Amino acid sequence: MKVLLSWLREFAPIEGDPYELADHMSDLGMAVEETRPLNPLKGVVVARVASLRPHPEADRIQLVDVEVEPGNPVQVCCGAFNMSEGDLIPFATIGTVMPDGMEIAQRKMRGELSNGMCCSAAELHLGADHDGIMILPQELQVGASLMEQLGLVGDVLWDLEINPNRPDAMSVAGVARDLAARLNVPFEIPDWSVPVVEAREADLVSIHVEDEELCPRFTARVIRGVTVEKSPLWMQMRLTLLGMRPINSVVDVSNYVMLELGTPNHTYDLSLVPNGHIGVRRATDGEKISTLDDQERTLLSGDGIIVNEESAPIGIAGVMGGASTEISESTEAVLLELASWESESIARTSQRLGLRSEASARFERGTDWRLNVNAVERFCFLLSEISSGEIEIVGEVLDVHGALQETGPVSVRTSRISLLLGREFTSAEIRELLLPIGFDVETTDEEDIQLVTVPSFRPDTETETDIAEEVARHYGYSSLGTRVPRSPDAGRLTAQQKMRRMIRQIMIGSGLVEAMPNPFLAPGDVSKAGLSVANPVQLLNPLAVEESVLRPSLLPGLLTSAAYNYSHRNTGLRLFETGAIFLASDDPTSSLPDESEQLAALLTDSDAAHAVGLLRELGDGLKVELTLINADDLPGLHPTRGARICIGEEEIGSVGEIDPVILERFEIEDRCAWLDLRLDGLIEAAIAGSGVAYQPVSTFPSSDVDLAFVVDEEVQASAVEQTLRRAAGDELQGLQLFDVFRSDQMAQGSRSLAFSLKLQAKDRTLTDEEVGGVRQRCIQAVETSHKATLRS
Amino acid sequence: MSVYEQITQARASAIGEIEQVDDMESLTALEPVLFGKKSTLGGLKRLMGEVDAAEKAAVGQALNQAQADVRQAHAMVKERFIAESRREQLETERLDLTESLEKSMRGRLHLVTQTMERLEDVFVGMGFTVSEGPQAETDWYNFEALNLPAAHPARSMFDTLYLDLGERTEIGDGEGGEATNILLRTHTSPVQIRVMESNPPPIYTVCPGRVFRRDTADASHMPVFHQIEGLVIDRGISLTDLAGTLNEFTAAYFGGAIRSRLRPSYFPFTEPSAEFDITCVICEGEGCQTCQRTGWIELGGCGMVHPNVLSNCGIDSEEWTGFAFGFGIDRLALMRHGIKDLRDMYTNDVRFLEQF
Repeated sequence: MKVLLSWLREFAPIEGDPYELADHMSDLGMAVEETRPLNPLKGVVVARVASLRPHPEADRIQLVDVEVEPGNPVQVCCGAFNMSEGDLIPFATIGTVMPDGMEIAQRKMRGELSNGMCCSAAELHLGADHDGIMILPQELQVGASLMEQLGLVGDVLWDLEINPNRPDAMSVAGVARDLAARLNVPFEIPDWSVPVVEAREADLVSIHVEDEELCPRFTARVIRGVTVEKSPLWMQMRLTLLGMRPINSVVDVSNYVMLELGTPNHTYDLSLVPNGHIGVRRATDGEKISTLDDQERTLLSGDGIIVNEESAPIGIAGVMGGASTEISESTEAVLLELASWESESIARTSQRLGLRSEASARFERGTDWRLNVNAVERFCFLLSEISSGEIEIVGEVLDVHGALQETGPVSVRTSRISLLLGREFTSAEIRELLLPIGFDVETTDEEDIQLVTVPSFRPDTETETDIAEEVARHYGYSSLGTRVPRSPDAGRLTAQQKMRRMIRQIMIGSGLVEAMPNPFLAPGDVSKAGLSVANPVQLLNPLAVEESVLRPSLLPGLLTSAAYNYSHRNTGLRLFETGAIFLASDDPTSSLPDESEQLAALLTDSDAAHAVGLLRELGDGLKVELTLINADDLPGLHPTRGARICIGEEEIGSVGEIDPVILERFEIEDRCAWLDLRLDGLIEAAIAGSGVAYQPVSTFPSSDVDLAFVVDEEVQASAVEQTLRRAAGDELQGLQLFDVFRSDQMAQGSRSLAFSLKLQAKDRTLTDEEVGGVRQRCIQAVETSHKATLRS
Repeated sequence: MSVYEQITQARASAIGEIEQVDDMESLTALEPVLFGKKSTLGGLKRLMGEVDAAEKAAVGQALNQAQADVRQAHAMVKERFIAESRREQLETERLDLTESLEKSMRGRLHLVTQTMERLEDVFVGMGFTVSEGPQAETDWYNFEALNLPAAHPARSMFDTLYLDLGERTEIGDGEGGEATNILLRTHTSPVQIRVMESNPPPIYTVCPGRVFRRDTADASHMPVFHQIEGLVIDRGISLTDLAGTLNEFTAAYFGGAIRSRLRPSYFPFTEPSAEFDITCVICEGEGCQTCQRTGWIELGGCGMVHPNVLSNCGIDSEEWTGFAFGFGIDRLALMRHGIKDLRDMYTNDVRFLEQF
């Protein structure tokens, strides 16, 4: 919503520095996005187009002889072709600094001199129109300052952001009311009554509202003897500055009233409304109407429409009028409609049809039904003021409504307002803050309670809490002071949150960089990454099909990130991510998809051993024993280089290398190691393991035993390790696989695994016999369990 | 020659020999000559028997002193040889430390994670806990419980992404009330509802996390981004408590020169509602291009928790009041590091990621 100082001042004597006034408006909840004191535009003058000539060397520009002093034209090159000889235009003389900072100088364009610039409204920041040169009314004085002639010098334009709960502030008068209350100056809506005439038979109009919920109030009046002409410059300027395009006197007055009072309204050419019959009903599915913009629109049931006596649509309620009753130059009698509409219905219809307009924006917030008659008066007053001829305003105002919704008074406790706002208010203070913005306040027998009646232009305000906001707004949020409440408990992260942070630290300590790939995938991404997910979770209304699936795994995203980096010659990547994945739930009672937090790492130019090493860092760092079971069937993984990760019996993820077929699809030419596990499982195990009991350190000497076995390739090294661990018993203090060796000397399909065992007792020095015994037990156990042989 | 003269001479000759030696080997070879029984001083010891009883003590002392002097001279030379040899050894180990081939193995947390953790730490310091919840949510938690019933016009403030879960969902107008719309949360407020549902007040918590909007990606918008919201429910909580808490947070996070202020605004889930601005971090309030010369930048929304929201969570709004606030995490990161385009944060280009 834009407002102009001179317009606000028609309702209240508002004075002050434009920026201070802006601060007040922001502080009242009408955030000022721009304050623009209208620049006097020194050097921009009214000029007459004396003649137009083609440029000898260019088609896209023409030569214009512009007269600032009569009889003394200067030549200008101009890229616009919308003016005719005799037109008055804004002309920037040499030396003028334009609002965007550009200085006008004499220039040569394709060999022809240009001594200034003919200006569009946009170039002067006087409107959005930059398609052509601004054509000025003929009554302006040639050679005079444009801004003075337009009456804009000294005016200020503010652009306000109005929240959806402030329908009142969608109008010049509403902003003036709020600001006047803050500045402690009187606010008044002037008297706009006009002389009227008796209705003739031709003026008789009837209104038939079928659905009072849709249209609680329909007010109408007939105005005849209308000449549809151009509206005066001052009105055109105000409309333009507030962002609307001047059309003709009737439409301009209609828009002017909407901007001024926040009451959208509509005008019909009465002669095109058969028998003056106007009906209001909801549309049926598939009904069609051709709207003012000459588009055919298809309606749905629930849309509000205005119909003629044959029940055919002639307008979409509150959204856009129909083409069939449009005001034209031949219009003589106008039917003015001031209606109140159900805001939800207008919002739905305008949104569906893509017809958001100044009118629908106001109806969506809710308009003030009480203002209908004022607005009708204002319309008539203005139209008669600006019309070149006499117009006749029919006395009768048709006003069709059911029981209009009067809100009862709200009981407001001073103590409650004080509690909510954190400052002790008195009842009188509350009264003084509310009265100037149109609220009525009545005291009661109880000192603490007052009865507050909310004005009809504030439909958002319904409860005591809402009224607290009004009190706070006008008292000033920043004047309330500050206080810091203290939680009775200590602030903390949960054990899970701390552990998640630790896991991330382990990852970055191992040289990994955290990535955040897009969680939305294209439908083919899942299978491209070698995953088969029966029914991944789809978005119902994705922005694009490439982002229509919620990731069921972190793999596609990290592969895509790696591919992006490879395409930019960033190789040797060590990426990790922690994030949620989504799968359709198997649980029929759950309405939400299954969501679990995963940890995944992708190491390019690395083999499976690197991922296992990383996993070991993780296990050691968290004191969690992670076991691996080699597996050929892990989705997305290299068929002979993958393993499941288990904690105890529970599988929590997988580790290995990415299937080379998949890497080819992502154009990654290096081996890639991969690690993927359920973060919650890891975190729970880490928390469970974090309270281990202390084992006293033995003070007796330890003995080392090295054992190498030739073991079949089928047997997992970890299985041999487990066997050794069991066989060695309590005295085993450390066990480490320290060498793997393959050679032609050994039986086909086997390799040597060398382990070093460290033996130590808590209470004594182990004897050679004891150490020998353990050694023998270990050899025997491995040989019998795994058909292995000791290498000597 | 008196016995004293003999001692003096023997001492002088021993020390003289020590001083002649020029390597450790010769020194070691000399040791028996200096200290052994056959050494000159050792020989003099044997003469002790012939000395008068009255002289014995004095001669003994002179002999001991001479021996000590010889030992000291020997030790000094020996030390010198050790030091020299060590110096030679160290010289052979000389290294150009800038020749190091070791690569740094330090990884990096994503800028969003770093920012989120910093924010969490500030709030933990202020006595808050950190709460989390699912990213896929029901319409109830994301909207209805927050005083945003179906068809509420303010729903258009959130461009929502809905999930297709087959028969279980319908993107209806919500009037039927049976089918549940499942969506990607548009803010972390559903976590607030879950916290209030399952914990009796007082509540002091923040809810950081990933949120989703149906927005086309551009320099300042992403369909996936991150937010942190705060919630306080306690007895007697007021708008001034909100202002004070945000002030304290602002000073702790941005530094003492940065202040916050509240401006009236509108959100369906709070009443009174406010926007909160902070002093422009670029110009510290002087006015610059970033803050459009106002000296302030808008950080987020906040307000007193709407009584309907409290009662939706089973909290008596007469006994308990509270406030909530929320703001974007990604934008804070952009501001802090002078990143112009939000999309750069999500390309996952390591040349970006490794900078922070």
